[in-house]
Amino acid sequence: MTTTAPTEAAAASLTVNGTPVPLGDRATPHTTTLDWLRDQGLTGSKEGCAEGECGACAVLVARPAVDGTSTEWVALNSCLVPVAALDGQEVVTVEGLGEPGRLHPVQRELAERGGSQCGYCTPGFVCSMAAEYYRPGRVDAAHGANDGARDGSCGPNGFDLHAISGNLCRCTGYRPIRDAAWALGAPDESDPLAERRRTAPTPARRTHLRADGAELVRPADLSEALGLLLSRPEAVLLAGATDLGVDVNLKGARPPLLVAVDRLPELRGLDVDDDEIRIGAGLTLTEVERGLAGRVPLLAQLFPQFASPLIRNGATLGGNLGTASPIGDAAPVLLALDAALVLTSATGERVVPLADYFTGYRESVRRPGELIREVRIPLPLAATSNFHKVAKRRVDDISSVAVAVALDLVDGSVARARIGLGGVAPTPLRALRTEESLVGRPWTRATVDAAAAVLATEGTPLSDHRASARYRSAMLGQSLLRLYAVQSREREAQP
Amino acid sequence: MSRLSQRPDDAVVGQALPHESAELHVTGRALYTDDLHPRTKDVLHAWPVQAPHAHALVTGLRVAPALAVPGVVRVLTAEDVPGTNDAGIKGDEPLFPSEVCFHGHAVCWVLGESAEAARRGALAVEVDYDVLPSTLTLTEAIAAESFQGAQPTVQRGDAQAALDGAAHVFHGETEMAGQEHFYLETHASLARVEDDGRVFVESSTQHPTETQEIVAHVLGLQSSEVTVQCLRMGGGFGGKEMQPHGFAAVAALGARLTGRPVRVRLNRTQDLTMSGKRHGFHATWRVGFDDDGRLLALEATLTSDGGWSLDLSEPVLARALCHVDNAYWVPDIRVTGRVARTHKTSQTAFRGFGGPQGMLVVEDILGRCAPLLGIEPHELRRRNFYADGQTTHYGQVITQADRLERAWEQVAVDAELDRRRAEVAEFNATHEHARRGLAVTPVKFGISFNLTAFNQAGALVHVYKDGSVLVNHGGTEMGQGLHTKMLQVAATTLGVPLRIVRLAPTRTDKVPNTSATAASSGADLNGGAVKDACEQILGRLAVVAGERLGVPAEDVSVVDGLVSATGTDETLTWADLVHTAYFARVQLSAAGYYRTEGLHWDSSVMQGSPFKYFAHGVAATEVEVDAFTGMHRTLRVDIVHDVGDSLSPLVDIGQIEGGFVQGAGWLTLEDLRWDTGDGEQRGRLATASASTYKLPSIADLPEVLNVALLARAHEEGAVYGSKAVGEPPLMLALSVREALRQACAAFGPPGTSVDLPSPATPEAVFWALQGARAGAEPDGEVAPGVGPTPPSPDPGAPVRRPESEAAVDDLAKP
Repeated sequence: MTTTAPTEAAAASLTVNGTPVPLGDRATPHTTTLDWLRDQGLTGSKEGCAEGECGACAVLVARPAVDGTSTEWVALNSCLVPVAALDGQEVVTVEGLGEPGRLHPVQRELAERGGSQCGYCTPGFVCSMAAEYYRPGRVDAAHGANDGARDGSCGPNGFDLHAISGNLCRCTGYRPIRDAAWALGAPDESDPLAERRRTAPTPARRTHLRADGAELVRPADLSEALGLLLSRPEAVLLAGATDLGVDVNLKGARPPLLVAVDRLPELRGLDVDDDEIRIGAGLTLTEVERGLAGRVPLLAQLFPQFASPLIRNGATLGGNLGTASPIGDAAPVLLALDAALVLTSATGERVVPLADYFTGYRESVRRPGELIREVRIPLPLAATSNFHKVAKRRVDDISSVAVAVALDLVDGSVARARIGLGGVAPTPLRALRTEESLVGRPWTRATVDAAAAVLATEGTPLSDHRASARYRSAMLGQSLLRLYAVQSREREAQP
Repeated sequence: MSRLSQRPDDAVVGQALPHESAELHVTGRALYTDDLHPRTKDVLHAWPVQAPHAHALVTGLRVAPALAVPGVVRVLTAEDVPGTNDAGIKGDEPLFPSEVCFHGHAVCWVLGESAEAARRGALAVEVDYDVLPSTLTLTEAIAAESFQGAQPTVQRGDAQAALDGAAHVFHGETEMAGQEHFYLETHASLARVEDDGRVFVESSTQHPTETQEIVAHVLGLQSSEVTVQCLRMGGGFGGKEMQPHGFAAVAALGARLTGRPVRVRLNRTQDLTMSGKRHGFHATWRVGFDDDGRLLALEATLTSDGGWSLDLSEPVLARALCHVDNAYWVPDIRVTGRVARTHKTSQTAFRGFGGPQGMLVVEDILGRCAPLLGIEPHELRRRNFYADGQTTHYGQVITQADRLERAWEQVAVDAELDRRRAEVAEFNATHEHARRGLAVTPVKFGISFNLTAFNQAGALVHVYKDGSVLVNHGGTEMGQGLHTKMLQVAATTLGVPLRIVRLAPTRTDKVPNTSATAASSGADLNGGAVKDACEQILGRLAVVAGERLGVPAEDVSVVDGLVSATGTDETLTWADLVHTAYFARVQLSAAGYYRTEGLHWDSSVMQGSPFKYFAHGVAATEVEVDAFTGMHRTLRVDIVHDVGDSLSPLVDIGQIEGGFVQGAGWLTLEDLRWDTGDGEQRGRLATASASTYKLPSIADLPEVLNVALLARAHEEGAVYGSKAVGEPPLMLALSVREALRQACAAFGPPGTSVDLPSPATPEAVFWALQGARAGAEPDGEVAPGVGPTPPSPDPGAPVRRPESEAAVDDLAKP
């Protein structure tokens, strides 16, 4: 982190649509960016759900690009992020993109094609679409690099509809929104937001806001963060706020001390050597996805199914594992990858295998004063892997069941198997009995049928509003059968 | 051609225009009710104290601890109500209840200097409850005979006798879940008191007049002392037809008591737990067919889940009973309806208003019986269409049967159904782990409020001295494009360019005594009224123009702002004419009025002609179901829909697509769950947030979606030949459900009848296809590769295969 002089509450400010705006005396550590913007009279951004599911509150934030030297426009749910966590940052809202009579290209396409009906979700769509509009390499990708891509979600202009999968519209049925997205050209060279991408990102700066009996601190470096965690046991870590923000908005959580760790440089490394991959716990999922560029197929399969871009742009791996949720989709994948966590505190550092990390419902071995600094994935990776998620909705839904499988096949037999499960127990877990039933056996339909029957009995699934226990168990077994079927199909497809 | 429906050449109606507020939407400048409070000084924020029980008496209420919370200004309780403590029109919805009737019921409201202060105050209020037994599910309510309101029957002929004589008789049950509106903008009101004590309420409401009436009766004021304005809504879908009244009344009461503006705005969880939803329904039925698959008789009992109060449950039920025929002629029929009283939110209007539930019953029957009759589902449907001259079971004569037939044929051709049916069969024969289904279903939906009196509307049109036009009307804008259409109607009638016509927000002091913007009737009713007002003004101006041009007034015409007349080359500009008229002391403003002619309805016998006309549509949907999970993809949808002569094609196509996707959400994805256990959480809505209640997202958009408007569809009885479009397309989504059923059946042997729960979630589809597969193996063994234990009936989703009585009947015959 490039540290500037400490900034106290009075001096805290955001650059909004190009103009510096002081945070003011009404903002508290729990004031969301959305409420703050609306308080400024910028009421274009809307609250639709207050938990990052609908995207009506989306705004653009300038963030460092993967290269570290240029800037990207990233869409975030402003309802989740405390405004003080954006101290010193640049935000662009729907009002900053254009105005009646002088519409931004995204706004024009949406307006002309009937992309708005009630208009309430529209500002959020505009911001999510603008982020994709400005995504570096989008238009190049349209010309070959990415051949139409993924699951048919990329338009001829390289626009990936996944970019708006975290925005809900209840009126249009989405067809005109899709058409608008796929009609967008490339930004003009003179477009100020396009231009801004070419200059250096705004560094994070030390922030300390105290108001309404609570504090938000963005420490200058890791040692300050660890010091705070040690001396202030009430401290709650803040990274993307994609989980914390929901607790604040809908469950009335008001943590007295928030410590923002998402921009700490010590938590933002991404290194690959011969033995392992080390992923900084403070990188957003989007950053990890871009940084790994498909090097870990299981993670590459996971990311598009992990919530929505609006969430992935804020959420971190550290946060996802830190909450120890039984339905976080990263955990099953990382279990299958045999990952370990580096837990660090003011008094030292330790490495804990992820398989030993979870101890109960939203509980882990992480001690007070510790934070997750890094996730380590051993190399080489298993040759055969698959991530299978079952949910009611095709994208941006919480898993009923998530199954990650990593297999090493030697001479047609299973030499090693690791299977991570989510949604079937109070914690993510390894399907150890299933793994046992596979290892040493030939990778055949008979073996798979037998192992699927075992897998269907793993965990202790519950019935809830997402799925019945019976369905969850069935889905466990089906996941292995499906993997085998897909593989057989691929084998048959080979010449 | 009627005068109302006749459309001039080069009309502004019929042009494909974007939404009139599109530029404001996309730039964030469009204001919604809750965008006003940051622009208003000294606003107080209201927060509800919600009961944690499904059913309980309030035995104690202590507000003092809340008043001790910094920033709390006042707590509103029943004692503060100067007028009537009721939020509805039936007298059964106490605004501040002494008996809690659903989990989350607001007992009182806290006013604070900030939303945070009000929230903390609400936490501090102490309430004592005496918990009472509760009724939650339809099954429980039916067993306990917990009903409310009327139990009407619609009938014709002798269904019992016809069933006795039918060649094939089946009976079964059909159950369907409700649906949350999930308008993106939650309920919101902002009230203030004027200098003379009148109350001004900004409300996100589809029914400003009724909001006004409820606010007045709660405050003990006359209607003239309350003004309600609705700028626009961030979606309504029926959820803001009756539900906003209580929230507006709370804001108005707070404003009256404190003298300060008061804001009520529900967060999503409050909205989900406090406001009503689409009614879930349960139906039992017996149906009879002849050997050719022609419907002979239907007997059905429909029970809706009304929740804790009557609300709109009776008219919703009436519409369900009137739509149980959908597009099919049933000679002998008897359908009876009941509204269950349960300890849930008060279920209410939702796009289609009972129509979807009624139509689902008959489509479910046809979908389940077709395989048992050995007739292709599309053929069974087609064979039973109404013909002109036949009457519905409530006595309305069918006059546009050809429209449905034309739409059906056009879909068959445009969607290449014959070719694709063969392709689906080929796919199903060659894929072990996936099946496709291709289903086509019709929609016939009656347009008008069942209650005749509601079919009237008013408008107030001003022409200013510079020629510019301001239109007020009684309808509200919730995204459906009503205002866009009204601007087009005004510009067309006056003969002026669209750019000089503006539209003012809906408010009760401009146009009084309005009906709800509901029943798809907004454009029909308000369009008639706007047209009437414009015609009055134009008539007066024509006299002025005639004098100027030296011709009879009836020879004058105005086109695109140019005033001309037959018999002279001289012309005038619109602005000139208006200027001249002002100085000639001619009134440039008019109140318009419209009422739908030819309606009659006798609710005592459930007979009459309640609908001005029917809207028609046909949809063909192809889905692919994954055997491993039950998840599906919608591959292609083709729709032909009858909107008459479209007033505004871009708007209408938007309504059709949006309605279809919303209907598909109801039928396949959206899944309201209440805690029905006996624990402390009994009655709690388990899906009370966007993370647990899932709407369709862009990934659920059909991969191919073709929508065509039916040609040659002029409607004599409606403004500029158009038809209503808001609700009917929602029911086109029944084709998705039927396609899923057919895909599941394709996992079994020919003739497999699949009973599909509604919603057909991936889990429901998975068990349905497993059931079909198990049917393929008479020994009951699980098919290879289908996984663990075959399903035992889930108590939440009982297997409801129609039981054939045919064998018995056949045996009894010689």
